[in-house]
Amino acid sequence: MSRAVLLLAAALFVALLAAAPVALLLDAPYLLFVFQQLAILATAAVGLNLVLGYAGLPAFGHAAFVGIGAYTVGILAAELPGTLFTSAWLQLPLAAVLAGVVAALIGAVSLRTRGVAFLMITLAFGQMLYFAAVALERYGGDDGMILAAPSRLGEQDLSRGVLSYAIAVVVLAVALYVSFRLMRSPFGAVLRGAAANERRMQAVGIAVHRYRIGAFAASGALCGIAGVLLANHTAFISPATLAWTRSVELAVMVLLGGAGTLFGPLFGAAAFVLLEEVFSGVSEHWRIVFGPLLLLIVLAAPGGIAGLLGRQSND
Amino acid sequence: MTLFLEQALNGLQLGVLLFLLSAGLTLVFGVMGIVNLAHGSLYMLGAYFAVTFTAWTGSFVLGAMGALLATVLVGVVLERVAIRGLYNRPHLEQVLGTFGLILFFNEGTRLVFGPAGLSLAPPAWLSGQVTLLPGIVYPSYRLAVLVAGIASAAGLYWLVARTRAGMLLRAAAANRNMAEALGVNSRLLFLAVFALGAALSGLAGILAAPLLTVRVGMGEEVLLLAFVVVVIGGIGSIRGALVAALLIGVIDTLGRAYLPGALRFAFAGPVADAVGPALSSMLIYIAMAVVLVVRPRGLFPTSARTDVAV
Amino acid sequence: MNVRALAGLAVLAVILAALVFNLTRERGEGVRIGFVTTLSGGSAAIGADMRDAFELALDHMGREMGGRPVTVVYEDDAQNPDTGLQKTQRLVQLEGVQFLTGYIWSNVLLASYRAGIDGGAFVISANAGPSELAGAQCQPNFFSTSWQNDQTPMAMAEVMNRRNLSNVYVLAPNYAAGRNMAAGFKRSFKGTIVAEEYTQWPDQLDFAAELAKIRAANPSAVWFFFPGNYGTQFFKQYAQAGLLGQIPLYSTFSIDALNLAQIGELVAGSQLTQHWGADLPVAANKRFVDDFRTKYGRTPSFYAAQAYDSAMLIKSAVDATRGNLEDRDALRAALERANFESVRGTFRFGGNHYPVQDFHLFEVVRAADGAYSLKLGERIFAAHADPYVGECPMAQAAR
Repeated sequence: MSRAVLLLAAALFVALLAAAPVALLLDAPYLLFVFQQLAILATAAVGLNLVLGYAGLPAFGHAAFVGIGAYTVGILAAELPGTLFTSAWLQLPLAAVLAGVVAALIGAVSLRTRGVAFLMITLAFGQMLYFAAVALERYGGDDGMILAAPSRLGEQDLSRGVLSYAIAVVVLAVALYVSFRLMRSPFGAVLRGAAANERRMQAVGIAVHRYRIGAFAASGALCGIAGVLLANHTAFISPATLAWTRSVELAVMVLLGGAGTLFGPLFGAAAFVLLEEVFSGVSEHWRIVFGPLLLLIVLAAPGGIAGLLGRQSND
Repeated sequence: MTLFLEQALNGLQLGVLLFLLSAGLTLVFGVMGIVNLAHGSLYMLGAYFAVTFTAWTGSFVLGAMGALLATVLVGVVLERVAIRGLYNRPHLEQVLGTFGLILFFNEGTRLVFGPAGLSLAPPAWLSGQVTLLPGIVYPSYRLAVLVAGIASAAGLYWLVARTRAGMLLRAAAANRNMAEALGVNSRLLFLAVFALGAALSGLAGILAAPLLTVRVGMGEEVLLLAFVVVVIGGIGSIRGALVAALLIGVIDTLGRAYLPGALRFAFAGPVADAVGPALSSMLIYIAMAVVLVVRPRGLFPTSARTDVAV
Repeated sequence: MNVRALAGLAVLAVILAALVFNLTRERGEGVRIGFVTTLSGGSAAIGADMRDAFELALDHMGREMGGRPVTVVYEDDAQNPDTGLQKTQRLVQLEGVQFLTGYIWSNVLLASYRAGIDGGAFVISANAGPSELAGAQCQPNFFSTSWQNDQTPMAMAEVMNRRNLSNVYVLAPNYAAGRNMAAGFKRSFKGTIVAEEYTQWPDQLDFAAELAKIRAANPSAVWFFFPGNYGTQFFKQYAQAGLLGQIPLYSTFSIDALNLAQIGELVAGSQLTQHWGADLPVAANKRFVDDFRTKYGRTPSFYAAQAYDSAMLIKSAVDATRGNLEDRDALRAALERANFESVRGTFRFGGNHYPVQDFHLFEVVRAADGAYSLKLGERIFAAHADPYVGECPMAQAAR
């Protein structure tokens, strides 16, 4: 990994850490709100990167896994308020397992296809889960629901404030560490090897399929955890969280930052969230510039932001 | 029975619009290997142009012709300026780039045409209804959409199957490198294919404009359906797109009309009430997943090239 | 350190500086109001009408409340609960608004109200009237200057009862307000209901499948709720399907001053129920309607009237505390008194902070100049309270 990438990632983390005192000092709660959004989306993007980047599989339904995490929190808070089930210590692993299992199942079916067909079938499963969320009439159906109670964390909760922000940043750091370790492991080597040349991997007798399903599960689990944080952050859960446009946005973050690199998803999420805030302060029509900017990055810098900063590599 | 026939007609009418949308998409996809998310933007522009030009000229037909021309023009410029750079790039990068184009077109449309939705009345001579069979009364405009769509499908079939241009196109879709080696000017061919796709997509937008509110974001609503059609039909296959579009249109319409009732018949009330509408919305995606698992290259697979790694 | 690293860090520094500058800029002094409405898409005309009325109200009060200047920030919810919530959070956290108003759509309001109230603002709906906020989840810091969703269709059902109608087909969009409206209609309607149909919201504008079903069911009347642009589409498609004149239509909130120009011909002679009309003989209303027509060259819709009232309600409270925005209990008490001249005449709040008001019959008539308008008819309900007020703990405590 180039030094520029490391430096920028470090600078971003410093900014993430500094955001809390700065926001308190300047009495700017919205600043913290924006950075929390950034940390949560970056966590989901890190998860998606395992499949999209490292394994090179064009998955476009990951918003559904974020949605599973969010609905886990929302449904538990609505059905079992004041019990153990509203504890973050229970919700986070539960959401991770649920989203991971669903991701593994979807992966297992989707991996029967390749290329564009794979892209479309993951989208199709995402849509099915979207409509499943719409069918949850008890939980607001299309209209969604307000989170009845934030996740408890000891005496505190994740509703707002510095604690919930700190958790989001810690979770992002952990997600990056997991991504780092996974990709340094033999597991990661198989995934990358299969992305580069599937036949060779199979020729040496490795069941690529199983590794890829594993990547799907890990990726889904990280997105599920991001979903738990997202539900607490916005205190509102609706099918819109699972919309296919959200899946595309997540993928765009990964690609913009640099797919298949450790810090790419972080860069992409930061660019997406921060540029929106900065540009929209200048003009409500900022997308007319942001859109062509994305195209320009594709044309001029195929490796995304991480690629711009230095040679593309994984370690 | 008359209700069923009327719903089936509604399904076919939706299917015809989907065909126009996906025929362009499947050509661009199959011949040029481009995943173009901005295809829906051309549909939106067609609709906006139709409203504007109809207001200027006072005639729906003149307005529609002007809109078609304008959409093709935008398509040509788009291919020259942006799409050309995306040939031979991984699909994921094309997704990122054309996603940027969606943002551009949506915001540009908002700037040029204003944020409010626009509506377009069908021409007076098509605002009545026709009695097709005793008991089956159908709005004339919807019938006209059906006829226009079928005529376009026939024209497209003739173009692709019977003309020299179509032959080149089929050759390029089957094997681009071989076609180029044999002297096909692929730059020109790609431009023509993209313009044709823009025309078809714009036509869909023009025809749909009087049926809905013309607004920013309408392109993304149908884009997904168009992709479903393309994939089920088989990438690059016009015939596949036609069959899949009609299939999806009919499945979607009939599913929404009859599935909740059928479920209510089979299960207890509240369960069916909750599951019925959701399941009918899911139906086409379930259909797509099944087709992809059984026949990963769609119902009418064309070339072997499209399942190369993304 | 290489050039690329420096460039990357420089870009990041610029972005962060711009962000901090953007998000910490000085907030203005005085009364700050956030107005969340729909300013883009098919329903943008409604939002524009409400914004125009709110601006007119500010003109009428000299842009001052309780001797303090008023700042209004308008935000577009794109008719989407998620976006509405996001804009609400932005308004309370970044703009520091003390009042939030606007809110056309019940689902947007349901997604947003908690963020607004938790952010320290009073939320005053200028249109949406979800049952949740009238009943069990009623809020001390929530008020409505419109109606509870069930009420207007209840009045319409009463009208249809008086005509001994039966075999009615019920049609509404499948979102919070659509379900409330249908529930309200069914609560009061005494005849039989042939079928109920709920359409997709907000994307469905093509009603071909529903029209085919109506034709097949052949009811003696159709009651439906399709607000604004949706109503326009429904009436047009109903006419295109050849059903107009075959099966009579009774609607709620589907004909308004905004879409009458487009569908007047189709709906001439139709009757509907409403709490307000441009020709309601009230001094405050005459001033509002006359000045609105002078300033904007069109007749205001009921959406506009409610937005105007919301501005006047806020002013009455800020005036009562003489511009003191810190004393929230005093502000709340003043809001509850509703001491302002409503364009609908007498105005008071029930225990759940929804209005208790009259509902009238209106008829679509054609004036000599060919323009269509709504003409006030008899009163259907007097001092009508919504059916959920009994479930509201706040209202029970007050009793």
